[in-house]
Amino acid sequence: MLSLSFLLYSCRKDEGVLPSTRTDTEVDRQDSEEYDGMYVLCEGNMGSNKCTLDYLDFATATYHQNIYAERNPEVVMELGDVGNDIKIYGSRMWMVINCSNKVEVVDARSVRRIGQVDIPNCRFVTFADGFAYVSSYVGRSISRYDVLGSVYKVDTLSLEVVGKVDVGYQPEEMAIVGGKLYVANSGGYRGKVVGEYDRTISVIDLSTFSVTGTIDVAPNLLRLRCDRYNQLWVTSRGEYENGIPSRAYVLAERGGKMQVVETIDRPVSDLAFRGDSVYFYGATLNGEGNPSKFNYGILHTKTHQLVTDHFIQDGRDADIKTPYGIVVAPLSGDIYVMDATNYTSSGRLFRFDKKGNFKSVTWTGDIPGHAVLLKRKAKSEK
Amino acid sequence: MLALLSWWTAVVVCIAQTTTTDADSLLEGQRVGEVTVVGRQTFREVIPSQTLKGKDLERLSTHNVADALRYFSGIQLKDYGGVGGVKTVDVRSMGSNHLGIYYDGVQLGNAQNGQIDLAQFSLDNMEEVTLYNGQKSSIGQSASDFGNASSIYLRTRVPFFPDGERERWRTRVKYGSSDMLRASVLWERRLSDRLVMSANGEVLTASGKYKFRYHRTAQDGTTAWDTTATRQNGDIHAERVELNLHGRLDEGSWSVKAYLYNSERGIPGAIVNNVWKRGERQADLNTFGQAHWHKNLTELLSTRWTAKYAFYDTHYTNRDETTLPVDNRYLQKELYVSTANVMDLVKDRWSVALSYDFRWNHLNSDIFRFTPPTRLSNLVAFATAANLPHVKLQGSLLASIIHDKVQGGKFKGQTHWTPALFVNVYPWQNRVLSVRAFVKRSFRMPTFNDLYYTDLGNASLRPETAMQWDLGVVLDKRFTTGWLRNVKLQADGYINRVNDKIIAYPKGQQFRWTMLNLGKVDIKGVDVEAEATLEPVHDWLITARVQYTYQDARDVTDERDAYYRDQIPYIPWHSGSAILGLHHRQWDFNYSFIYAGERYNAQENTPYNHMQPWYTSDLSLMYGFSVGKTLWRLTLEVNNVFDQNYDVIANYPMPGRNFGVSAELRF
Repeated sequence: MLSLSFLLYSCRKDEGVLPSTRTDTEVDRQDSEEYDGMYVLCEGNMGSNKCTLDYLDFATATYHQNIYAERNPEVVMELGDVGNDIKIYGSRMWMVINCSNKVEVVDARSVRRIGQVDIPNCRFVTFADGFAYVSSYVGRSISRYDVLGSVYKVDTLSLEVVGKVDVGYQPEEMAIVGGKLYVANSGGYRGKVVGEYDRTISVIDLSTFSVTGTIDVAPNLLRLRCDRYNQLWVTSRGEYENGIPSRAYVLAERGGKMQVVETIDRPVSDLAFRGDSVYFYGATLNGEGNPSKFNYGILHTKTHQLVTDHFIQDGRDADIKTPYGIVVAPLSGDIYVMDATNYTSSGRLFRFDKKGNFKSVTWTGDIPGHAVLLKRKAKSEK
Repeated sequence: MLALLSWWTAVVVCIAQTTTTDADSLLEGQRVGEVTVVGRQTFREVIPSQTLKGKDLERLSTHNVADALRYFSGIQLKDYGGVGGVKTVDVRSMGSNHLGIYYDGVQLGNAQNGQIDLAQFSLDNMEEVTLYNGQKSSIGQSASDFGNASSIYLRTRVPFFPDGERERWRTRVKYGSSDMLRASVLWERRLSDRLVMSANGEVLTASGKYKFRYHRTAQDGTTAWDTTATRQNGDIHAERVELNLHGRLDEGSWSVKAYLYNSERGIPGAIVNNVWKRGERQADLNTFGQAHWHKNLTELLSTRWTAKYAFYDTHYTNRDETTLPVDNRYLQKELYVSTANVMDLVKDRWSVALSYDFRWNHLNSDIFRFTPPTRLSNLVAFATAANLPHVKLQGSLLASIIHDKVQGGKFKGQTHWTPALFVNVYPWQNRVLSVRAFVKRSFRMPTFNDLYYTDLGNASLRPETAMQWDLGVVLDKRFTTGWLRNVKLQADGYINRVNDKIIAYPKGQQFRWTMLNLGKVDIKGVDVEAEATLEPVHDWLITARVQYTYQDARDVTDERDAYYRDQIPYIPWHSGSAILGLHHRQWDFNYSFIYAGERYNAQENTPYNHMQPWYTSDLSLMYGFSVGKTLWRLTLEVNNVFDQNYDVIANYPMPGRNFGVSAELRF
């Protein structure tokens, strides 16, 4: 019996750091006058520690899956649990790993690790003047269910936390306009436990790093983006329980004050800008609150009017099971839609040309939802 | 409640009145009094089962019921690690919700999520643990016994005073790794010729701390990273008290049980990058009382009545500062009454049975926007068994009429018919060889969480169904001379199909998940088990038991899925166990080995989801002696001798090598 067990010991192999895998996306190699490629951050399911980083190389049209562990084999337990945001600032790439309570900072080109910033329940990141601003669900606790969120200020060179300010409940995306940081507060947790979502945007003056005001918008805010006219586009997930639908809002400065200037009368889950076009998708819910249909449309940044409610041609949008993120390449106009499929298996990355014609689809890590384009190296760089 | 009971009694009296003793009460009859009740042939089990009992159980140095079940073929244990970690089992890949678990004859319920945490059931007072595939194929049983895809029966010790004694005491103390201390007392007393009682109490505490290690190698074979840490927030304290009364009647028996389990524990959680400790806690107060009454009314007719009331209070909190605070209570209540009646149509040859169960379940919680659900289950089972010279047959048909409602709503009903047929053929008179087969359809109701959980539940779910086909052989031979005492070999091949599998499915960004009937699983498997007892030299007894399971369980839901025809999560293709015992006078040595082959932790069979095989070896040594009128036994155990670092569930590290010492005193 003992010998049998020793024999079986040989069945167990040393577990290796998993190498990345490559897929040819079979797309004409072009595009890349301004960009070299695109990083895709796949969330992975909570507790699975399967947050992975993928990279689409524009020059070779090759899709590399799970490159972080390969580039950083010495990092204990890889990239982490549930990636929630990815952005590049200067030569560094910042990845917000929500359930690992950290922001991972790597070299944007080599993906070699530079360091990490420990921030509990961190959500999104944005940058200005050498500082990173990271939204976090953890701030001052008022009572049992009332825990405010906060924004951390981090020195982008030293990776030191240099400041922290409380904002609304469960803050999400942020954008900076005119020296002010605007934070979309969702109140997502609070809505579930006491039925009160947050409805506000917190305004932080970056010169003093203090909250100077709030703007009431709609319940359960998520996305907050700034377009080229310094207008803010913010999405609300609504309150299904109370019949308040998902909507988007446009805010602009009027008389020195940022305020809501337009309500987009349709659900918007995510959006991306290119020129004067706002590409977006949103779910239409059926009576039971399940999405019956996803709409892929374009809005105009200036008029805020709908240009089209289906930019994807030939009905190929029906192939996308669970749209979870959208990116539009500025130069080529190629549209990338991330598909989280069933959230527990591989996702997919769909690529359409600027007219919405299907170009390719490739498998990704689990739950692709966040992506960033890598700028082409300037000639003077090495 | 009284009105309900009397109504129910009237119904049962009208439809019932039928026969006989069954295996359980036969045993009780043998034990309770000096008079042995002669068992009748027709209601004995058609298909044998897998059992661990008495000494075999004690030798395994297992802590709880879940640990013991690992030695059964066809079973996969989901173990989250440590003394307090949740442990559930899955039989033949059908999912743990298809498994019924019976504690002294009455099913344990959890209407909230259908999961019975087997780590909460101590082996301290356990006499026998038995697994039945399909169902326990004796017909004099409650209707719910016919309803599961497979069942596990836990039977606690019944006091037995053979020599006119009046009282017995047993006390045990065990100390082990993770600062585990377990102490128990059992007091048994004969109150009269016809009445015995027992009281059993147990206390368990542990810090739940143990070292675990994760490591990876680089492509060149060098160590990429290697980390060792201590498992945190796995502490537990638990108390259990059980009171039993067993009475004997003329041609019958009765019993009453009161059970209380109280515990408070940490939920250690997944180990992921940068997170080594979590703040989830759970407190449980589980209580139930049950009563059983059985009587042979005539030579041909017997009846059996059972009642139970259970109350479960679960308090879940999350004090992890990185997440938002959670503090919720869940209260579950269950009322159950059952009658089973058997009548012999041809004495010892052909019998029929009619059983009826009523069950009421209620769940309440203080979570926001919770609407308390109620379920009424009426189960009627008709069964018949024939005992011919070379063939045993049993057929049953169960009607389940289930009504659900949520507070403020109306009851909505549904009826399901589930038949089963069992055959056992003995080609030869001596019954050394038998060939058996069964086919059974069963279903599991969606749980309250599946149906009504805030944001996630889907009230329009259908039950999940399972269809099983099984064919097997048993070779069982006892020898009166020679060094080989006993050999038993059994092998089964089976095909299962699970339809309308209830799974969590994304709803879109807004709420993320809902429950849907969206899964089909095709399962093919083989269970093989061999047992032998040898006595090569006088006074040296060797017992050996080997078990192997092959399972091919594929997701066949949708061709377009990335995981179409992939093996379903956490089901290894190969798994098995071996137990080797050596007994010499006062000494007992036991070696046990468990193996689980490679498997995947998610739907897709990719390298990212791949999990390494694991195998552990456990050793125990026991020495028994007497001092005056007291009997002592000392045990030393070493588990996971080779200190393997493994996960049963991804990111939930299991303990490495660990030790235990225990002492037992009886008088």
